[in-house]
Amino acid sequence: MDILWLIPTLPLLGFTILVLSSGRMPREKARVVGIGSIALSFMTTLYIATQYYAAASHGLDHGAGFTVSLWPWIVAGDLNLNFSLYLDGLSLSMLFVITGVGTLIHIYASGYMWDDPDYTRFFTYMNLFVAAMLMLVLADNLVLMFLGWEGVGLCSFLLIGFWYKDPENGFAARKAFVVTRAGDTAFAIGLFLLFRELGSLEIQEILHRATDEWEVGANMPTLIAILLLGGAVGKSAQLPLQTWLPDAMAGPTPVSALIHAATMVTAGVYLIARTHPVFLLSPTAMTLVASVGLITLLIAGFTALNQWDIKRVLAYSTMSQIGYMFLALGVEAWDSSIFHLMTHALFKALLFLTAGSIILALHHEQDIRKMGGLRKQLPVPFWCFLIGSACLIALPPTSGFWSKEPILLAAWEVDPVFWAGAVLGAFLTAIYTTRLMILVFFYTPEGGPPETHEPKGWQLHPPLIILAALSLVAGAFHLPAADALPHAHEHHPPLWVEVTGILLPLVGIFIGYQVFLKEKWQGLRLANQQALRDFLAKGWGFDWLYDALLVKPFLTLARLNRNDLVDLVPKGVVVASTQCYYFFSRGQNGQLRFYVATMAAAAIMIISLALFT
Amino acid sequence: MTDAVIIDHAFILAAILFCLGLTGVLVRRNLVFVLISLEVMLNAAGLAFIAAGSAWGQADGQIMFLAVVTLGAAEVAVGLGLTLLLFRRFNSIDIDQLNKLKG
Repeated sequence: MDILWLIPTLPLLGFTILVLSSGRMPREKARVVGIGSIALSFMTTLYIATQYYAAASHGLDHGAGFTVSLWPWIVAGDLNLNFSLYLDGLSLSMLFVITGVGTLIHIYASGYMWDDPDYTRFFTYMNLFVAAMLMLVLADNLVLMFLGWEGVGLCSFLLIGFWYKDPENGFAARKAFVVTRAGDTAFAIGLFLLFRELGSLEIQEILHRATDEWEVGANMPTLIAILLLGGAVGKSAQLPLQTWLPDAMAGPTPVSALIHAATMVTAGVYLIARTHPVFLLSPTAMTLVASVGLITLLIAGFTALNQWDIKRVLAYSTMSQIGYMFLALGVEAWDSSIFHLMTHALFKALLFLTAGSIILALHHEQDIRKMGGLRKQLPVPFWCFLIGSACLIALPPTSGFWSKEPILLAAWEVDPVFWAGAVLGAFLTAIYTTRLMILVFFYTPEGGPPETHEPKGWQLHPPLIILAALSLVAGAFHLPAADALPHAHEHHPPLWVEVTGILLPLVGIFIGYQVFLKEKWQGLRLANQQALRDFLAKGWGFDWLYDALLVKPFLTLARLNRNDLVDLVPKGVVVASTQCYYFFSRGQNGQLRFYVATMAAAAIMIISLALFT
Repeated sequence: MTDAVIIDHAFILAAILFCLGLTGVLVRRNLVFVLISLEVMLNAAGLAFIAAGSAWGQADGQIMFLAVVTLGAAEVAVGLGLTLLLFRRFNSIDIDQLNKLKG
């Protein structure tokens, strides 16, 4: 365990080397540093995992973790924070996802970004991101976690706006930054409240004290849980702070795969799982978590049906899958949620990277109307995308099925409404994924399929194939996360519930096949209704709503305040002293007789005052 | 006439002289006449000192008069020197024209 600190330090070291070279490093070396630091971090994770399992087999308590204290960080009055790392099953699972998927995506990116003039800068940001993300999951106290939390937010901002010369990208980056900041503020307030109420910010300490001091259903844990949920919702692009994720697709595709699908957007899920005892104290907050997940997954599912940008479809599907994770958290299926997080990280990274390959082969074309019939031209991406889609639809026996099915069953146990919504979401997922598959690979547009060119880098295909293989078999993995979380109840819903969960996606595929490939049943196409289509394509008008409610009033205020209303007082002082100066300087006119007369008059005044009062 | 009446008269004379001097300073534009008027004012003050000294039978008044006369001599020396320089430089001793030192 003593080399645990190496895991976040290695990417940070890579970042330092790259940032100090300030772009003068040749690409070959930058590539070695960028990938090497993450790969070494992955190896360290593997070594740590063997140690963890060795300790676990020697009778370690289930759920107990290892704390590695590095140095005291902040000591001020009652506040005593250590820079210390905490490893348990949950953080170990996250480490696997971050470093494992991270390494594959870095290898892919080294080929994908080869022609970019800012190759080194890209790896600089990516390494910093991985370091911050690892810090987030390894943090032993909430402040250190917040450091990582803000670090990944910063890197997300930098990478969305990576091609900053296009103002649109800069806008998307700022939007992501500001919207997530709203959630982070709630998170920070939650931290302050926790410290005030419990006098500690060490996560394990908090969780023990919370269960000791608070009753189930009390107000304080509810408030804190809702504030933490606010932070999670912002980072994980759930309702009502979901609007930034589709725009975040402005970044390079490997960034979308790593940050906006596999790791950073799942930080909210991790946060809730990490602080689950607080949430367990508040049934209201749990219901809220489940409802947020459910509504988001439905809204995102409907929206994905009507997007024409391949990356935006995937972005909405990411939102919807994270909705499933939130739903799982809300119905106390903790380990299913983390399991879905892991499988989703694998297959969504696969889908994004494959989409990147397609985009690269079509010279940065992202519109699926201009694709079609690419099955023969791009065989490797086709098979990988097929596998990824199967996982996304949760077809048995892919990993997506093994992770989504327990969530559906757990939802049934808590409330059939949750179950019905989740199954409807699965149905939608099947339709839009089929639509995407058909429009990209099967449907041949008029004038034949578009021209493609073979990508140059050898690095593009191996990560795809490894991820595809992992996506297929990941259902058999046993995650150590289950050790750190409360055990889920055994679910025994009626048979028809399980069967519906399996059959409905198949129906969805069939409908998608009929509508989009055979071009029958066109009445079902939502795109036929103009108003509905616009409404859905614009993400249910949330952007419009926030624009009208928040952005425009703010801009109006800013315009009103352009002359700095508050500055009027200091400015008035300046004006008054200038006027006084002009008035008094008029007295100094160089006329000797005037001076004498003034002096005489003043002397007379003073003497008369002395005499007559 | 009693002593008190004489002293009153002396004070009134001093006041009249002072006012005459002040008026001269205020209305004259020629720098030489301004200096002369200043001299009149100084002597008025000196007269007041002498009168006060004799009224109380104290020598202080006369000592102050000596100080005033010394001050007047010094002032005239500097003042006439400046007047001479000003006349050489500006070819005029009209103080209304010599107003370059305004703010």
